[in-house]
Amino acid sequence: MVEVQFRFRDDEVVGDPALMVDAFLTQTNATAVHIEPGDDARALLPFLDGLQLIEVSFPSWTDGRGYSSARVLREAGYTGELRAVGDVVIDMLSHLRRCGFDAFAPEHGLNEADAQAAFKRWDNVYQATGDDRSPIWAKRHG
Amino acid sequence: MYKYDQYDQQMVDTRVAEFRDQVRRRLDGALTEDQFRPLRLQNGLYLQLHAYMLRVAIPYGTLDSRQMTKLGDIADRYDRGYGHFTTRQNIQYNWIKLEETPDLLAELASVEMHAIQTSGNCIRNISSDQYAGAAADEIVDPRPYAELLRQWSSFHPEFLNLPRKFKIAVIASDTDRAAMKLHDIGMQIVRNAAGEIGARFFVGGGMGRTPMIAPMIREFVPLDQFITYSEACLRVYNRCGRRDNKYKARIKILVHELGKEEYTRQVEEEFAHLLQQGIEPPLAEIERIKTFFVDPPFEAGASDELDLSDPDFRLWVERNCHAHKAPGYIIATVSLKPAGGIPGDATSDQIRLMAQLAKEYSFDELRVTHAQNIVFPHVRKADLYTLWKALDAADLGTANLDTVGDIIACPGLDYCSLANARSIPVAQKISERFGSAEKQAEIGELKLKISGCINACGHHHAGHIGILGVDRKGVENYQLLLGGCEGADTSLGQITGPGFDENGIVDAVETATQVYLAYRQEGERFLDTYRRIGMAPFKEALYG
Repeated sequence: MVEVQFRFRDDEVVGDPALMVDAFLTQTNATAVHIEPGDDARALLPFLDGLQLIEVSFPSWTDGRGYSSARVLREAGYTGELRAVGDVVIDMLSHLRRCGFDAFAPEHGLNEADAQAAFKRWDNVYQATGDDRSPIWAKRHG
Repeated sequence: MYKYDQYDQQMVDTRVAEFRDQVRRRLDGALTEDQFRPLRLQNGLYLQLHAYMLRVAIPYGTLDSRQMTKLGDIADRYDRGYGHFTTRQNIQYNWIKLEETPDLLAELASVEMHAIQTSGNCIRNISSDQYAGAAADEIVDPRPYAELLRQWSSFHPEFLNLPRKFKIAVIASDTDRAAMKLHDIGMQIVRNAAGEIGARFFVGGGMGRTPMIAPMIREFVPLDQFITYSEACLRVYNRCGRRDNKYKARIKILVHELGKEEYTRQVEEEFAHLLQQGIEPPLAEIERIKTFFVDPPFEAGASDELDLSDPDFRLWVERNCHAHKAPGYIIATVSLKPAGGIPGDATSDQIRLMAQLAKEYSFDELRVTHAQNIVFPHVRKADLYTLWKALDAADLGTANLDTVGDIIACPGLDYCSLANARSIPVAQKISERFGSAEKQAEIGELKLKISGCINACGHHHAGHIGILGVDRKGVENYQLLLGGCEGADTSLGQITGPGFDENGIVDAVETATQVYLAYRQEGERFLDTYRRIGMAPFKEALYG
């Protein structure tokens, strides 16, 4: 299993193997699930209370479906770990954070200094995306 | 003109720093070319046939003289002394060195400009009506809404890796001067029966391999919900748009395959959900942006008199000028299509001259049109002759707007690595063939558009006459299309039949105009005659 390289949570790392969505839907007491880009994240919404880990797979970072999956889950109130796995690259880290990811397991380890710089890159943001950041329009209008 | 505040400035400065870091990682080998490509594309940097090409964003086509001057200086410092204005109201430089790009972007940032999302599978530069704020027929100036969309779409974290590129146009008049229905999303700002302002949404238009006219999916979205509605349109596309085939990845294919009703149903469902998420900027934000687009101080009682005794000037006024909403003022368009020239190209000296003249005669404002021309939006009629003389002396006084000489053309095989055929030499030959003022006057309005490949950057589907360059067994071949049109009565051109070689297509265009002249009735444009008599007489003349 690929290591989690960056994590923005204080709770214990969930060690349970993540089931594929189809398998999970027959095993809904499981605590960890794995979403591929073609999966509908909304299928998980009835079970969010029992989930501690949702892995979202990026076979390629340029396949943007995982970003929407993350927001759909967070908007539905999911508070467990949301982990980006696969082709996770430095240049998308801050955008993934904004969509609700709080753990990152890149298949190829990222340069630590470059990654930390990337997480801190944007002091301001233009949109409200459900994370805790205040968009520029909110700062402009108090 | 919109002015950046500290936040906007910080965003573009941060982008320059980010891109500088990406170039460093590319040059030191930490990023392969494959890894770097999507990153550089999101900054408008293409690797073309001979060099890097950089596309600089001109949001909704509006810029001031300081920015225009900078574009001229950049052409000298980083390119070969010219720039190419594009059909997305942007400018491209064709001879860029990768290692110099971060400095170039920093220069742009110093005048509140950037190259953010001018390429790549993300939301591109928002385009609009080039006469916004000046035309008499708009209900409001559409640019504040375009600016709000610019900010919302810049670095939107969910939508940076869409199935394919995404183009949005915003207009606010029934006369559509922005080809709005040929966009992924077209928005028309409208007033409803209660007198409130809102946005009408058209989704799923486009050109390319599968040209489609966008259907309307919502009659009226209130202004305090229109970012949320846009986000719903994008989310359904990002989640459900096809990613298995890049030729079927645009939103038009999704809307077509799902059907307009089902796509709309999904958007409405997403919209209802997103309304609970608090993602909409407050109305105070659009009000703030609007303050940057108030009318310039037009002179009260300015004279409507124009001395048209100079026949060349008279011709230019008749062809290239448009009515202004303020008495005593006029909208003037500079044609970047001199006979034999490269459509949309301007030298650095011409760019700086237009900047200086705009400062003097157009309240410091210029527009780039999707037809690759430059607009002086607010010219006092009393100054018009002086302005034209100065333009004409710099080869910028061509009187051919919307005629057969005012050709839209993509860069084609001379520059573009996607193209199958050259576009520029064909445009040059046609504009020379029809170069005389008499010939153009006889034919009148005729919009001719040339693409060097099926991706349709030259909008050939929307030309009254369209030309599509294809590669037939290693030989360039040009298909002819008739009857395309953008605007309120958008239609897609029909292919006439087998294609022609480079000289043959020029003859074919002439043949088509002769058919028109033979058949036209009083007051008909080429397009009107074609619509009335249909394809048959043209086919007969071309192939008979």
